[in-house]
Amino acid sequence: MKDFIIPDRDFGTPAAKSKTMVTLTIDGFEVTVPEGTSIMRAAAEIGISVPKLCATDSVDAFGSCRLCLVEIEGRNGTPASCTTPVAAGLQVHTQTDRLKKLRRGVMELYISDHPLDCLTCSANGDCQLQDMAGAVGLREVRYDAVQTHFRPKNTSGEANPLWTPKDDSNPYFTYDPAKCIVCSRCVRACEEVQGTFALTIEGRGFDSRVSFGAKTDTALTSDCVSCGACVQACPTATLQENSVIQIGTPERSVITTCAYCGVGCSFKAEMRGDEVVRMVPWKHGKANRGHSCVKGRFAWGYATHRDRILKPMIREAISDPWREVSWAEAMAFAAGRMKGIQEKYGRQAVGVITSSRCTNEEAYLVQKLARAVFLNNNTDTCARVCHSPTGYGLGQTFGTSAGTQDFDSVEETDVVMVIGANPVNAHPVFASRLTKRLRQGAKLIVIDPRRTEMVQGPHYKAAHHLALTPGTNVAIISAMAHVIVTEGLMDEGFIRERCDGEAFADYAEFISAPHHAPEAVEALTGVPSAQVRAAARLFATGGNGAIYYGLGVTEHSQGSTTVIAIANLAMLTGNIGRPGVGVNPLRGQNNVQGSCDMGSFPHELPGYRHVKHDDVRAVFERVWGVQIDAEPGLRIPNMLDAAVEGSFKGLYCQGEDILQSDPDTKHVAAGLAAMDCVIVHDLFLNETANYAHVFFPGSSFLEKDGTFTNAERRINRVRKVMAPKQGYADWEVTQMFARAMGADWGYTHPSQIMDEIALTTPSFAGVSYDKLDTLGSVQWPCDDAHPEGTPLMHVDGFVRGKGRFIRTEYVATDERTGPRFPLLLTTGRILSHYNVGAQTRRTANVVWHAEDVLEVHPHDAEVRGIRDGDWVRLASRSGETTLRAVLTDRVSPGVVYTTFHHPETQPNVITTDFSDWATNCPEYKVTAVQVSPSNGPSAWQEQYEEQARLARRIVPAAE
Amino acid sequence: MSHETHTPEHQARDRLIVMANQIARFMESKPHAEGLQGLASHINDFWEPRMRRQLFAVLDAGGAGLRPLVREAAPLIRRPLPDAAPPLGSRA
Repeated sequence: MKDFIIPDRDFGTPAAKSKTMVTLTIDGFEVTVPEGTSIMRAAAEIGISVPKLCATDSVDAFGSCRLCLVEIEGRNGTPASCTTPVAAGLQVHTQTDRLKKLRRGVMELYISDHPLDCLTCSANGDCQLQDMAGAVGLREVRYDAVQTHFRPKNTSGEANPLWTPKDDSNPYFTYDPAKCIVCSRCVRACEEVQGTFALTIEGRGFDSRVSFGAKTDTALTSDCVSCGACVQACPTATLQENSVIQIGTPERSVITTCAYCGVGCSFKAEMRGDEVVRMVPWKHGKANRGHSCVKGRFAWGYATHRDRILKPMIREAISDPWREVSWAEAMAFAAGRMKGIQEKYGRQAVGVITSSRCTNEEAYLVQKLARAVFLNNNTDTCARVCHSPTGYGLGQTFGTSAGTQDFDSVEETDVVMVIGANPVNAHPVFASRLTKRLRQGAKLIVIDPRRTEMVQGPHYKAAHHLALTPGTNVAIISAMAHVIVTEGLMDEGFIRERCDGEAFADYAEFISAPHHAPEAVEALTGVPSAQVRAAARLFATGGNGAIYYGLGVTEHSQGSTTVIAIANLAMLTGNIGRPGVGVNPLRGQNNVQGSCDMGSFPHELPGYRHVKHDDVRAVFERVWGVQIDAEPGLRIPNMLDAAVEGSFKGLYCQGEDILQSDPDTKHVAAGLAAMDCVIVHDLFLNETANYAHVFFPGSSFLEKDGTFTNAERRINRVRKVMAPKQGYADWEVTQMFARAMGADWGYTHPSQIMDEIALTTPSFAGVSYDKLDTLGSVQWPCDDAHPEGTPLMHVDGFVRGKGRFIRTEYVATDERTGPRFPLLLTTGRILSHYNVGAQTRRTANVVWHAEDVLEVHPHDAEVRGIRDGDWVRLASRSGETTLRAVLTDRVSPGVVYTTFHHPETQPNVITTDFSDWATNCPEYKVTAVQVSPSNGPSAWQEQYEEQARLARRIVPAAE
Repeated sequence: MSHETHTPEHQARDRLIVMANQIARFMESKPHAEGLQGLASHINDFWEPRMRRQLFAVLDAGGAGLRPLVREAAPLIRRPLPDAAPPLGSRA
């Protein structure tokens, strides 16, 4: 880590975890450190920095540079301080005449084969080789650089065979072998931190070179996932961010939180003026522990992309072009329309959608707008279409609606069960932590219709991959529970002590019935019963068992039932309430947990408290000075139904693109088209904006203060590093709109909004910006009983008291294959893109994934005459689209798979209106389809593109 | 669930029937009294009055298409006022 400009101390080697403490003396100072600590780190603890090049505290010690030598009294030689562990009573010297001479000699050799172009080097001022030359007092180099690896030509003008050209194939960083000192930090970071093993050292001795995979590979064509760990580890300019090459070194850094997925990585935004130079993962971030993925690390260019809309716009009708107006005019127009709608159609005729990409404070204000200004509960959020079943299922069984663990917990897991999730692609930084544990020997069970990237990776392989037929989650998980109960593998002590006995007796009787046996459901699920039995036995008896799941669980007609089944399984096996276990929903968006916490759902106020409760409403009524409706409001699909019927006419939609992300696009379009006032508040003219009358330009996460809450309930600060390009942070825009509607809101900083959240919401009672600044982050519940937050939930008892087992009968989805639609479509995502792609498509990430493709099994392709790369027509009873086919056996015969990152493809034209029984979460993961050869875009795609083109016309304001 | 031939009102009604029946399918696996109460509570807690009003329109017309448990739970489901939402106190 090049930390010399903006220091974030590098201790040289990772911290030791031992509880046994050891005392030694270094340069005459006594120091006490955990057993297993290196001498280098012990010295760093007391402020003594031993010179080093190949050591950095993100990877294990390697002992190759020979610069960190020390002398130890009573021991021979000059051992490397990075690889030598401390021992009681050692007397260590880090600076002696002998050591000084040795270090100078080592540096002299390094420098003799290094280009001395420091002034024009991209690492100038931020280079550890330069720093170490200074630190050891190198004053002369006695060796002439005759045969070098850094000059393209030798002194006679012939090509130098030792020279390798720069590799600039990756859009975000450049590999310049000429600057390399072969310290292996990049190779080790790729292995230990990321777990991809894309890098290696090619050759031996003087021929040693860092190489991306095979000799013929480039950074782009190799297995490299562009996480940036190698770039961060490199001590020289060998692996350098292109942004640093272009801009120069940063001058300050601000700790903030990534605005991509629900892992919630902490980053240092390294700045020069108001320009971001680079985003570097912050090693003290408790979610990511110094790691990152390609999105957070590199794909932030969308924040300043030319497509961003910076002026408010309005139009009478969606067939008109947009008209740029002042903020005041936009507010007056929007408020006038919304008030008019409420006067004409009643107060229930309008609603809001809060954003899972905006801050907690912003989501809180948007739902407050509905409840306290519109005076209804018509508020919903994108979690409706992803994890609403998690809220329901975990609420019913455990009494709270969130993951039970922190991410650190995975380090103590023995058996990991990943269900309907592909963290390698969708939650990559968590996946790196998970696969590290798998490489250490933890066992893995994957339940997924597709052979995802999770199933097998470098140096690990799932013990069981249950490749079930889409839509049979409940059957398979119930079958596992059946095995555990009937074979007596459950944790009876835990159940007796922690769970409701009557509910368990009922459940045990239910689940023991023969029709839940793996053999009985084999025909349904397509999974051999022996595999199910073996997986169940492993999970029940393999030690600490942890379940991680994603949208492959929730986005089904039985999404909520599956969440309940998962909770049952964790309780049966006693895997709740300690490190290494638990039920962990992997949340999709950066603040989807937070938007749910903040009362975005139409039936509950902040903190998951139902609006029907008088005492809960009273809290908010007192603070807000209004009467709150006691009836639940409309959920997104219900809003659209009501719009089509004519009783819902106005929508304020913040940071969400429902036209692209919600199922059954035609129905969404019809609902939006039926409204009189659609207000879209976003960075870009998204697809939903094609049906909008008002556009409020949004601000990026770099432009505002606030908090995001990640999948481990961790509340992280988001900090403003630059002024909003369109003038206002999103919370200010919502406030302006509320004021235009007649409210008297007067927040001047998001911390005041958090104070109001703490005042009204018990699980946030102890949260304040002061505390977050002091502690870095806290996990809710954070209150008087847990002033520093709660890393693990349900430790001494469930939130609801006793854990409740609930029956989980399998009910087949109504979406069935038949002669017209014989295949099942399931959907997912890819590493380089995020959600509907509005952000990542506006970055160089498109080099990895320029379009959505359809994965088809070769058997299914052959009978349809489809070849790899062909255009195919994908049709369901809802609609049809076209995209290119890729033939792969990752999917089973009968199953096809695609992603949903590109609006041109519109896979949601295909998905149906079926949804989860409890929450209306759409059934994205199962659609009966047919695939056939095609010549190009469908009529719908052409018509859609034309509509979008017309809807995006803008008439600039007269200057 | 055919879409092409129906008016928006029919589509919405059909959708509600499907939704109510889905809830019933889950609740039917429970002991009868618990399932009955569970179904009614679920609809009371999560269905906006407009949706309950439409459900009652179906129930009052005999409940065609609804599973027996939904029809049986009708007396436990809160019947919304016939009109749009009543006025609330003044806004802030």
